[in-house]
Amino acid sequence: MSEMKAEVKFSQDTLAVVHKIMQRYPEGRQKSALLPVLHLAQAEFNGWLSVPVMDYVASILNIKPIEAYEVATFYSMYNLEPVGTCLIEVCRTGPCMLNGADDILEHLEKKLNIKVGKTTSDGMFTLKAVECLGSCGSAPMLQCGADYFENLTFEKTDQLLDKLRESNKRSAYTRSNQVDIQKV
Amino acid sequence: MGRKLLLENINVPGIRTFEVYRKQGGYAAVEKALKSMTPDQVTEEVKNSGLRGRGGAGFPAGLKWSFIDKKSEKPRYLVCNADESEPGTFKDRYLMEKIPHLLIEGMIVSSYALGAKTSYIYIRGEYMYIVGILEKAISEATAAGFLGKNILGTNYSLDLYVHPGAGAYICGEETALLESLEGKRGNPRLKPPFPAVSGLYASPTVVNNVETIAAVVPIIKEGGEAYSKIGIGKSTGTKLISASGHINKPGVYEVELGLQVEEFIFSDEYCGGMLNGKKLKAVIAGGSSVPILPAGLIMKTAKGEPRLMTYESLADGGFQTGTMLGSGGFIVMDETTCIVRNLWTFARFYHHESCGQCSPCREGTGWMEKVLHRLEHGHGHSGDIDLLIDVAKKIEGNTICPLGDAAAWPVASAVRHFREEFEYHVKYPEKVKDPKHFEKEPFRSEKQIESVVS
Repeated sequence: MSEMKAEVKFSQDTLAVVHKIMQRYPEGRQKSALLPVLHLAQAEFNGWLSVPVMDYVASILNIKPIEAYEVATFYSMYNLEPVGTCLIEVCRTGPCMLNGADDILEHLEKKLNIKVGKTTSDGMFTLKAVECLGSCGSAPMLQCGADYFENLTFEKTDQLLDKLRESNKRSAYTRSNQVDIQKV
Repeated sequence: MGRKLLLENINVPGIRTFEVYRKQGGYAAVEKALKSMTPDQVTEEVKNSGLRGRGGAGFPAGLKWSFIDKKSEKPRYLVCNADESEPGTFKDRYLMEKIPHLLIEGMIVSSYALGAKTSYIYIRGEYMYIVGILEKAISEATAAGFLGKNILGTNYSLDLYVHPGAGAYICGEETALLESLEGKRGNPRLKPPFPAVSGLYASPTVVNNVETIAAVVPIIKEGGEAYSKIGIGKSTGTKLISASGHINKPGVYEVELGLQVEEFIFSDEYCGGMLNGKKLKAVIAGGSSVPILPAGLIMKTAKGEPRLMTYESLADGGFQTGTMLGSGGFIVMDETTCIVRNLWTFARFYHHESCGQCSPCREGTGWMEKVLHRLEHGHGHSGDIDLLIDVAKKIEGNTICPLGDAAAWPVASAVRHFREEFEYHVKYPEKVKDPKHFEKEPFRSEKQIESVVS
């Protein structure tokens, strides 16, 4: 488990992006970069924000660790515990529910053999039910990393799982996994 | 055919690029404003247009701009609210994804009017893939001299940045958005002071919705008066409507304000009628927060007049028999819909999204979710319906921000118009335990049969 021992540090490339982001805000307001930098951290450090990762982000932005914790715990996109390689988030609010989101969730639970909120034993998938993702006209849908998969059917959902498993890339909001499934 | 001001060129191949957008007449509003108008003249045009905030509140945009504190020595900011999170609403996402330069152009003109030198587009984190699209548009516009130092050789300079949120509906409330942009939890601020006086970094700030800012482009191109002639009365111009639910053609439609609701639902130009030919049961016309209306009342007002897509017509009858245009999140439900189930998902949404600052909202949304959950799952008590109304009443008007009202109104209106259906859930717990209870056998009551429109 080398990743557990590894020192928490952004790559040079990411660090350059972080400094560029910090320059978007007036002098002395570098804390404004907190949300975007936490996103970068989550993408770089295995899809979740551990305490050392949050401490590291706080140190870069020259804020107190508690300022990073209170933000990380407020926003739903930050994971505070490890997640599977691919985090699957199924929208289940009103309009998606009207168009079959419950069926897609149930199908995913069966297919992955886990309950909502859990991770498959091979660590490949975490299944989450989330609130409105702004895709009501293409319901039912799910988000995996930066990608929206819309107008889902059982077949398309199965196809997606296969392709995600095949590509075996960690999902992150900051990048597309470039997985294509058949469009409707 | 209604006029299209925002989506006219949406299907032009390559419209996402600067080159094609420019060829279609893009950035003419920037040229016109910066070269031939003073900032105040731009604001005047927006005032004359009658444009109202398209995020949901419908406050006159020009008037909002005129409140910005110009005496302050502090820098002024324009912040675009792209935190689109109201269930049923996806128009801003569509606009930003398909025609990003329209928003960038609107941001430049609006920032010029307000005297902002730095502006931000705060976009919900889930739309992260759009951040890249907007940033590409910004860099193209910068390369072409429409952003950055001395735009088009004038004295005006502007830096524009995209800032992602991280999943919080509350950040659509403008002061919560500003808190979030400052790198904090999205807790709404007490007002006053209003952002126009003390907003981002305690500086004068205007926060406008994506669609509002985009609408500034045609207003400047064609003049505020020309814009004000589209629409009816105080509902001027066009509005993007996000149509979802049980319809044949869900999607984003630009409508001239004043279009009949019936035409919007049943015409092939828009929603294309009901999915599978089922009967219309109810509509939520302006995003999950606005009162739900049964079929009869969405088609016609209580006075029997055809209901129109305008701020005034949709609100006709107040909350007793009317609703609101809101964000234009138009959710259509057919006869198989369980009103209680739909409402439960909304209550769960508001409970999840309450920031927790005000107890009536933090506790009340939880109670509403809990009570609706047990009603929908066949464990309801006879007193639950009145309990729901009681909780909703105690939230409404008792919170810092409108999330409390937004959570209470759907509950109050659903019980007002569909009380019998709630009672059915208490009376027949075994029947509602099947989650698809009304899909197999639509709920019927004498009262409702009258209001169902085929």
